[in-house]
This record gives sequence, structure tokens and C-alpha cells, in this order.
Amino acid sequence: MTRLEGHGKITIIMDENGNFADAYFQTVEFRGYEKFLAGLPIEEVPRTVSTICGVCRGVHHTAATKASDGVYGVEPTETAKKIRELFLNAHYVEDHAVILYALGLPDFVVGPEADPAERNLIGLVRRVGVDIAKEILKKRKCAVKIFELLGGKPIHPVAGLPGGWSKKIEENERQEIEKLAKELVELGQITLQIFEDVILKNEKYMELVTGDLYRTVLNYMGTVDDSERINYYDGVQKIVDTRGNEIGRFRGKEYLEYIAERVIPWSYMKFPYLKQLGWNDIRDGEGTSIYSVGPLPRLNVSEGMNTPLAQEHYEKMFEVLGEKPAHYILSFHWARAIELLNAAERVLELAQDESITNSDVRAELGEVTGEGVGILEAPRGTLIHHYKTDDRGIVEEANLIVATTHNNAAINLAIRNAAKKFVKNGEIDEKILNYVEMAFRPYDLCLACATHTLPGRMPIEIEVYDSEGMLYRRLRNF
Amino acid sequence: MSKIKLAIYLSAGCAGCEMALVDLSEKLIDALENIEIVWWTPTVVDLKYKDLENLEDKSIDVALVDGAVRLSEQEHVIKILRQKTKVLVAFGACAAMGGVPGLANFHKREELLETAYINTWSTDNPDGVLPQTEYDVNGSKLTLPEFYGEVKALHQVVDVDYFIGGCPPHHDHVAVAVEAIIKGELPPKGSWITSGKSVCDSCRRNPAQKGEIRKPIEKVRRTIEGTPDEECLLQQGYLCLGPVTQGDCGGSCPQVNIPCRGCGGPVAGKDFGARAVGALASLMTDEAVDEMLEKIPSLGKFLYRYSLPVSLINRKK
Ligand code: SF4
Ligand code: SF4
Ligand code: SF4
Repeated sequence: MTRLEGHGKITIIMDENGNFADAYFQTVEFRGYEKFLAGLPIEEVPRTVSTICGVCRGVHHTAATKASDGVYGVEPTETAKKIRELFLNAHYVEDHAVILYALGLPDFVVGPEADPAERNLIGLVRRVGVDIAKEILKKRKCAVKIFELLGGKPIHPVAGLPGGWSKKIEENERQEIEKLAKELVELGQITLQIFEDVILKNEKYMELVTGDLYRTVLNYMGTVDDSERINYYDGVQKIVDTRGNEIGRFRGKEYLEYIAERVIPWSYMKFPYLKQLGWNDIRDGEGTSIYSVGPLPRLNVSEGMNTPLAQEHYEKMFEVLGEKPAHYILSFHWARAIELLNAAERVLELAQDESITNSDVRAELGEVTGEGVGILEAPRGTLIHHYKTDDRGIVEEANLIVATTHNNAAINLAIRNAAKKFVKNGEIDEKILNYVEMAFRPYDLCLACATHTLPGRMPIEIEVYDSEGMLYRRLRNF
Repeated sequence: MSKIKLAIYLSAGCAGCEMALVDLSEKLIDALENIEIVWWTPTVVDLKYKDLENLEDKSIDVALVDGAVRLSEQEHVIKILRQKTKVLVAFGACAAMGGVPGLANFHKREELLETAYINTWSTDNPDGVLPQTEYDVNGSKLTLPEFYGEVKALHQVVDVDYFIGGCPPHHDHVAVAVEAIIKGELPPKGSWITSGKSVCDSCRRNPAQKGEIRKPIEKVRRTIEGTPDEECLLQQGYLCLGPVTQGDCGGSCPQVNIPCRGCGGPVAGKDFGARAVGALASLMTDEAVDEMLEKIPSLGKFLYRYSLPVSLINRKK
């Protein structure tokens, strides 16, 4: 069979003693949305860019919709904002649930050294029991229902429009959403309970979570509201350094002053870094210009969650980890579970706000400004959509920075650090494959955004080369 | 009755089609009584490519492929899958028609690369480097695949037995299709698995439902212009492609006041854009046609959003 192309590839290089010398993570596909969107009216873009990824389609739709507000120089109405936020939070619950149960938890529930054929969703179902698994699936489906009700289509939504949303919420729909939201809050609580029972109470796992093996010291970025609490839909982008000192804050178009993306010839994915600190290679530790985004970075930059139950867990997490910012990457999974509960609580709050059924879902459009930036927090991290149009709102140029791209260097570093610990004396086996994989799974490597894949098992190939550049071993999970 | 052996392969797509399968939820679990999933790669069931190669020819009853064909590896896997499978289904707009990623065919490979790696505003690339298929770092060779200069639909690479439209297909339609497959109630080879109805047929805005005929279009409106009322969107000047699109989605978009853009595929199975132009032109006044061309300068991208690779105009050479 030919080599795997459409996914990710890890290359590990050994020195003459068979010890780690270097490691690279490469993305190997490319699609070209930035070019082919040109020529479309901007309001057609949100429903088109959702196809960048069928898993996190709702965030691309919403970010592009926000960008289209800018192009028409308009603020969405209060009601539309609430609907968009409700939509986004329901999407969070559904997406975080898929990622945790299919990708994150099997390593712990089934065990990091278990047979890969068992260490997946199906093995997880066997361990937790069919009844609980069914309950979880049913609750997740509640989020999908909300998604279809508001977005128009169950997968690729169409309802986002500049200045608003195409459909108002009827009172009976609001009541329905409120009912579904209660199920989602329960899903959040169950998830954190499983996390607590399986991981927090297991000393061996806690060693993995809070040990040096999976630790990369980086800068962090995420969106916060006026009270410094996490917000997924809107706010200001805050960046902190490796010690937690704030080093920048930006909105909209100002992202260009803070972020630049380096092109490296061996990957189709670019390498973003913090512009003020200058490109100083792919390295971690103090002084690095590499940052990461996503659940743990969001918790790291913020001062708390905007809902009560999630806030309790937030406090507990940092108490256990004993540092802030926390650099332990396996705690991404923990942060993700906390966010799941937070998003569910937020859906419930918004659904209980009766003014969400108001009919002012579309604002009057202003003059075309010709430029719009939409930034929000996708489940995997900050997502930036930026468009320039002509004076009729027809797209001329686009720039997209997706979460997985922000994390590209961080993922490379996580893999390099793990490989450093595991590759010794030329002894390489299948277990190493999983320990290395465990280093990137926290980032919820949704290459769908840059390439494509579904949270099942990320197909990955690891090639190990000796000091002469000869292929020593090839490990693959596909 | 022995179980139907099913394989699923995600090619160059967004995995939305597979999410539509997952969203069958209980129905999917019920279907598993009659279906054995022998290969679902690379997404859900952790099986390897060699497991597929080792199967006997024609031992898979049905294979669903979602996504278009972009890389040589994808072409390779699909060819093997064809060999091992009795009934091959192009599942969703990308596989059946090239889909949104197929819009890349409006541009040359070089243009796409230059935009992404050199011209975008946040890119820092002082030396103008592009990703290389082979690159030497400290004495080690790192390789990347070359991607094809053109995105293809599935039947442009292998014989396809059935087509299912939608981006993605609605899960209710997937349930109908899966049932037809289980019961063996399939149309003649080469057809679309579809109700055969247009989006208008299932649209509550359809004037025909009130025994009226659609009024001619005198004015063209983009979706941002005004708020539509409850009548037919097309009649109000919004370019709804419902009349020429297969409506197995149940009319999802018009239901939330948004015009159809054709993801279900053409009603009669031929060139979508040509049919759309024909249908629109016959309803429009001359002034409206001029207005349309002025308001939507890239009419090609607009009309072939899901089907450029299989269209007559096809690609930029
Ligand atoms: S048809 Fe649509 S949903 Fe299916 S893979 Fe293609 S872009 Fe994704
Ligand atoms: S043209 Fe569109 S809005 Fe009108 S009846 Fe057909 S699908 Fe419905
Ligand atoms: S209405 Fe048209 S664009 Fe919308 S889902 Fe149906 S076929 Fe696709």
C-alpha cells in the first residue's frame, strides 16, 4: 500500500546510539479555501466555509458570519447575538462530548497500554457499560437537535447572516431548547464525574497528568469578556506568557499586529508565532514565541468561567495542578470537560431568557466597509476568519487561521518532548506509538480544518530514521 | 439472512457525511442487526489498509465513499475498494459531484499555493518558500505528497453504482437509503438513490401547493437584501435553486428563510449549472437577467458550488 497521504505524519530521528535526536510532525494535505472563496458574495461564505470541517462546521459558520457583520458595517441585534451564542454553545457541548468520549478518555478508561483495537470508543463503551453509554449518546443528540433547529441543516448550517440570523425562535421552540439544555447540563456533570472517578482517583494516571512527560512551557491565547472570564462567542483576545503575565490583548483586525505565520517547507500547515517576540524557531521554555490555544489555554488566560458549576471545577483544577498557567498538556482533557459543562449551563441560561424569542433577528445593514474579521473560540481554540471585499461585498481576498494551525508548533513540541523520553537505545515498539500519540491527542488534532479526519482514531504514521538517514522502523495505526 | 457487509471510506471531504451517519443514532444501532461494518477507515473503526487489501474481490456488499479525489493515495484506495466491492456508492455532494472543495478547479494549483503560502496577510515568508515534496533537514529527508492539480468526483476515477446527493445527505434520507440497501430495493445501476422530487416539491412556500403558478422574476435580490416573507423565495427575487435541485433534504434551507444552493444535486442528473441557468432564465425578465449578472459577478462559482468538477466548463487549464 502506498504511504498515507491525507493525514498526519511523524518523523523521529535517532542518533548513532539509538537515542532521540529530533522529531517532526507534518501535515500533508492542502485545500485552498483562501483562494477559491474569491468571487462569492460575502453572505454566501458562512454556509460555504462550514465545509472546511464537518465536525466543527458550526464555528466556521459563526466566525464567517461575524466577519460578514464587519463587511456590512453592522452590529447584530441583541436577539441575534443571543441566538448565535446559544447555537455556538450547543455546538460546543456536542463537539466536546465527541472528542472526549472518542478520543481523550479511552486512553485512560481502557488504559494507555491497552491493545489499540480496544482502546477506542467501543472499548470505552464496554468499560463504562452499555446503559451509561446509551445515556451519554442520547444526551449528546439533544445538542444536535438544537443545532438543526437553529442552523437550518443538521450538519452544515445556513442561518447566519450579516447583522443577524435568518430565523427567529418561536416560544414553543424556546421551551423545547430549554428542556434539551437540562439534559446537556446533566451530560456535563456525568462527564466530569467519569473524569474524576477514572483519572483523579488513579495515582498512576495523575502522575501522567501532572508529571514532566507531557509538559510543554508555552505562551497562551484565548478570549475573555469584560470580567476576564472565558467567552466563546465574543470578547477580547488575551495573550499571556509562560509565567502568566499578560503580554497582549487585541480585537478584530489587530490580530495582524500580534500573530504571524511562518512557512516551513516540510509541512502544508503554517507555524504561527507571536510577532512581538519574533520568530525564534520551534522551541518551548521561557522566551519562546510559540503559543497555544484551546481548552487549557483558555482556562490559563482567564480568571474564571461565566457559570457557577463550571467555576467550581475551574477552581479545583488549578488547585490540583498547582500552577497557573498550567503547562501539563494532558489536563487539556480536564479543561475540555469543564468547558462542556460551562457551555451546557450557558445554553440553559440563554434558553431561559425569554427575550431570545424577540423578532428583531436582523439589523439594518450599513454601507459596505469592504473588510471584516470574525474571531471566536472554536472548541479547539481561537478561530480567525478575515475577508476583504469590493464595494458590493464580493469577496476578493481571504485569510483563515484555524485552531489546529495556531497549535501546529505546540503539537510538534509535545511530540518531540514525548519522543525524547521514550526513544532510547533503539528500542521502539507499539507502546511508544501510543505514548507519542497521547502527546498530541490533548490538542484534539482536528486536521479536518487543515486536512480532514474524524475523531475516531487519528491516522498517523511514525517513521524512525537512524543517524545515517536510513529508515529504521515504521509504525502506523492504519 | 446473512448480514450485509458494509465499508465506508472518507476521501477528500470534510467528514460531514460521516457525521450524518453518526447522527442516525438509534437507527444506526438498529441497522447493525442487518449490517456488518467490515471497514470504516480512517475515521471510526480502527482497521488498516492491508485489511482491505486482504479481502477477497467482491466480498464487500456495499461501500460508501464520501469526499472527492484529490491525492494519489485516495485514488489508490478507491480503486482497491472498487475491486473488493459489489455496490459502490458515491455518498454526498463531494463524492457525487466534487463538492465545495471542487471549487479549487477554478484555479491553478500554483495560484492556490501562492495565495495560501505567500500572499495571505498574516504569512511571514521572507524567502517565498513553498511546501516541498522532499526536504532535507539536518541530513534527514522529510517528504510531503504532491496533490493533484484537479479535484475529481468519484465516477471520474472508478465505476460508480449509485449516487446520493446532499452536503451532507440529510440523516432522514440516509435512513431511507440504508433501508433500501438492506432490502435490496435499489434502482438501476448508475442512478441516484433519491425520491426523485425537487426541493420545491417539499417546500411549504411552493405556490403550486396553493394551486398558484410562480410569478415571473422581475427583480433579483441577494440574501442580504430585505427580509423575505412567507411566499416562494424565488418569486421574491432570491435566487433559490430549489426547482432544479433534488429535494431529499426535505427543503431544509427555505424552511429557515434561506434559498437553496443546490447541494442535493441536479434533478435530472445532468450539468447542474446549465440546468439552473435554463430554469432561472425562463422565469426572469431580461432586466432581471442583467441584474443577476451584475449582482453576482462569479456566477460560475455561485451555480457550481457543489458540482464544478463534473460540469461542462470543468476547470481552468
Ligand atoms: S459532501 Fe459536504 S458534508 Fe459531505 S464530505 Fe463533502 S463537504 Fe463534507
Ligand atoms: S423556489 Fe425555493 S422557495 Fe420557492 S418553492 Fe422552490 S424551494 Fe421553495
Ligand atoms: S435546500 Fe438545497 S442547499 Fe439546502 S439542504 Fe436542501 S438541497 Fe441542500
